Amino acid sequence: MKKKITVNKQEIDWEENMTITRILEVMNYTFKMLVVKVDGKLIKKQDYDRFVVSAHADVKVIHLISGG
Amino acid sequence: MKMNKESFFSAHDPEIIPILQNAVVGIAGCGGLGSNVAFSLTRVGIGKIIFADFDKIEPSNLNRQQFFTEQIGKSKVIALLENLRKISSFTKYQPHEVKLHEKNIPLIYKDVDIMVEAFDKAEMKKMLIETWLTTFSNKPIIAGSGLAGFGETSKIHQKKIDNLYICGDEESDVKEGISPMAPRVGIVANMQANLVLELLIKKFK
Repeated sequence: MKKKITVNKQEIDWEENMTITRILEVMNYTFKMLVVKVDGKLIKKQDYDRFVVSAHADVKVIHLISGG
Repeated sequence: MKMNKESFFSAHDPEIIPILQNAVVGIAGCGGLGSNVAFSLTRVGIGKIIFADFDKIEPSNLNRQQFFTEQIGKSKVIALLENLRKISSFTKYQPHEVKLHEKNIPLIYKDVDIMVEAFDKAEMKKMLIETWLTTFSNKPIIAGSGLAGFGETSKIHQKKIDNLYICGDEESDVKEGISPMAPRVGIVANMQANLVLELLIKKFK
């Protein structure tokens, strides 16, 4: 059975060496201002290309929008 | 008019008054979200509000922010302080006329129980949330995201990710033709203020 990760409550297939950048690509997220958490840990933008998620990781991507 | 504390709080549930009066809440930004959050938190009797903004009031702010025509050109934090004092002397106010960044946020807001994100620009929202989650991961932060336009009230919701709470529709960006206006900004600001109450009362009751 394929290993999965959860991104914003949606299950997707996990891949070897899956980075945040790859997850955003798979999810088709094109927003610019994001806050990303993996298993409760904040991942900053400079680490999107190098932080690798493990199988069954719980990923949260929050899209921030101007206006206030 | 001089008012005593008992009469100010006479419409409150007596059990929650000490909880509210002992609470310290931070607000980052004193525009549409921040000024409305501050008004509500003052009316409910939060003990201390720490708020910061570097901006001055412009005519275009009056469509959604709690300022008045005679305050145009004034510093937002000073004007907000004046207005809050007209509502109540039972909240302590700590205004900071400063531009917030990664370095000064932990110092200015170190004593708060709950933080409210009330910026206008998405990059500032992101900066504050990341600074907060890095520095004070055990303290709640309540952000506003997606509130421009009108109508579509049922799209506005709240979401929790650990200690980060998001209020808004998470989709309506400020772009040409879709500007933030008083009703929707007020709804989101008051959702944030309402969540402040809920978290405080759940924690201490």
